[in-house]
Amino acid sequence: MDLFEYQARDVFEKHGVPVLAGAVASTPEEARAAAERIGVASGGVTVVKAQVKAGGRGKAGGVKVAKTADEAEEHARAILGMDIKGHTVHEVMVAQGAQIDEEYYFSILLDRANRTYLAMCSKEGGMDIEQLAVERPEALARIAVDPNTGIDAAKAREIVEAAGFDAETAAKIEPVLQTLWTVYREEDATLVEVNPLVKTAAGDIVALDGKVSLDENAFFRQPEHAALEDNSETDPLEIAAREKDLNYVKLDGSVGIIGNGAGLVMSTLDVVAYAGEEFGGQKPANFLDIGGGASAEVMANGLHIILSDPQVKAVFVNVFGGITACDAVANGIVGALDSLGDEEDRPLVVRLDGNNVEEGRRILQERDHPRVIIEPTMDGAARKAAELASQN
Amino acid sequence: MAIFLTADSKVIVQGMTGSEGMKHTQRMLRSGTAIVGGVNPRKAGTEVEFEGDTTVPVFGTVAEAIEATGADVSVIFVPAAFTKAAAVEAIDAGIPLAVVITEGVAVKDTAEFFNYAQAKGGTRIIGPNCPGLISPGASNAGIIPADISGSGRIGLVSKSGTLTYQMMYELRDFGFSTGVGIGGDPIIGTTHIDCLEAFENDPDTDAIVMIGEIGGDAEERAAAYIKDHVTKPVVGYVAGFTAPEGKTMGHAGAIVSGSSGTAQAKKEALEAAGVKVGKTPSETADLMREIMQGLAG
Repeated sequence: MDLFEYQARDVFEKHGVPVLAGAVASTPEEARAAAERIGVASGGVTVVKAQVKAGGRGKAGGVKVAKTADEAEEHARAILGMDIKGHTVHEVMVAQGAQIDEEYYFSILLDRANRTYLAMCSKEGGMDIEQLAVERPEALARIAVDPNTGIDAAKAREIVEAAGFDAETAAKIEPVLQTLWTVYREEDATLVEVNPLVKTAAGDIVALDGKVSLDENAFFRQPEHAALEDNSETDPLEIAAREKDLNYVKLDGSVGIIGNGAGLVMSTLDVVAYAGEEFGGQKPANFLDIGGGASAEVMANGLHIILSDPQVKAVFVNVFGGITACDAVANGIVGALDSLGDEEDRPLVVRLDGNNVEEGRRILQERDHPRVIIEPTMDGAARKAAELASQN
Repeated sequence: MAIFLTADSKVIVQGMTGSEGMKHTQRMLRSGTAIVGGVNPRKAGTEVEFEGDTTVPVFGTVAEAIEATGADVSVIFVPAAFTKAAAVEAIDAGIPLAVVITEGVAVKDTAEFFNYAQAKGGTRIIGPNCPGLISPGASNAGIIPADISGSGRIGLVSKSGTLTYQMMYELRDFGFSTGVGIGGDPIIGTTHIDCLEAFENDPDTDAIVMIGEIGGDAEERAAAYIKDHVTKPVVGYVAGFTAPEGKTMGHAGAIVSGSSGTAQAKKEALEAAGVKVGKTPSETADLMREIMQGLAG
């Protein structure tokens, strides 16, 4: 889960990372009030920043300096409601202004390849770091961090030395890096990025803009994290699915997909899109993984979610029963169709294999539902579902 | 002979007395696995009865279980919140292979216990969030159904559980030396490359199926490894061509970020390394079938 900048700022502050004062506002009036409060410490100057989970806000006009509270209100009015790379701005952060001397870069992230963490640091911050990594890789220090020892004083020194800071600046940055490591570890983060980390005219090191991603698997021990979740851009069907503990991602095609296991469902999406090329470009309407050992109820819940998507013209149920029993899947299909009644007229192509497959197929055959089509293979079923979607 | 797991493997189950542990221990026993013990400090000294008059002793610690039975594999079914502690216990006891089935383990926990195992040097970790591994007819450590396919000379490594089942089903006429589900989390203990290396060195494996999915660059690195080190034929499959950018597709590690981690890039890297990549699981199985028929001829 990615945080907004203002949430990252709050998390940084909680752990003692030096940040500037900042407050979130969802109306121009709130922005004005925040600027009056926050600007006191910086001669009335504040920065109004669009809160979207996308880069390139500055270029899009989503970051503006305000000399007065009036200006802050004006900027907020212009920025709120803006579209930045497909994200609507619902909130702005009003941040204290600062005189910046130098801009640096620092991040801690997962290194999937080496299965450790990686610290990246550069004296050249503020720009697109992916671009820097490609164009001038020597300017970006990359230091492996052992998850069990983290960034202690020695590791912090290693990082700043690799980045090539002068001794005076290095001495100021090292403790900040250690504090950012505390954020990473204590918050169960998978990414902590500060871009830019700045040196102010007064010589202070400050985290000016932060990006933090949190591990949703750690929510059980991070009771404060659930409140940081933002559903304003989440599809209503995805929210409904989450309430039923279903792993669902809305896409924009016409073939509804249900399967078991993330890999098999991803594969099913691909096979449908591949088969759909022959039928006017039919595409998958969603990803839905009912997981291992799913009951008839889970299956029925999944079908209800998928059939409440009006874009769906046909459904493909693709189950390979490992732990999941095909008879439970079949019972779920039958139960869901019975509860939906005759008004539901979209076809359902079903491919079952594996655990209890004979019983599963028998249940479906016995019920003999006019809209259920049993297909023996995954590729054949995908073709059939794409074909039916193109006809509806 | 198979890789990592053979008929001689002595398996213990951490979390055996829980409901998932009981169900899958029964299944592992039924498929012929030598389950020599369970671990639960609160039930140490008791025995658990399974069907067919089989009883399995429960030990208080992994170290005690190893001491008493000579166990060399542990399958871990404990809940996510306690998985790190269970893995660390197994590593401290020096178990050669720890198979972590549990799903939803915090990535920090995995990073910590994996690096702890690396530092100690004596334990291979498979998983977490994986179906485990099976050497059909010999032993089964995890939740892969044993009745899908018998033994044979194909090696299989996969990030996905159900695609493992699907592929074993498609190729059941040939059978498998070992099938390894390595899991789809961002950090995993045993990688595609580890399995490719082991299959390359396994005299009972003739050809390898490698199943990957979006996210990270494990498949690209595996492709480079194959090019330089693998002489046996490899066919590949990659899931997630239609996955949108920035969305996690079921597995925590299955996410396309910007232009990295795409299925297309993985497919191209594998093909550049001489790996035939199927468009669907069935087509991939057909590619392997041709290879096996060619080898037999």
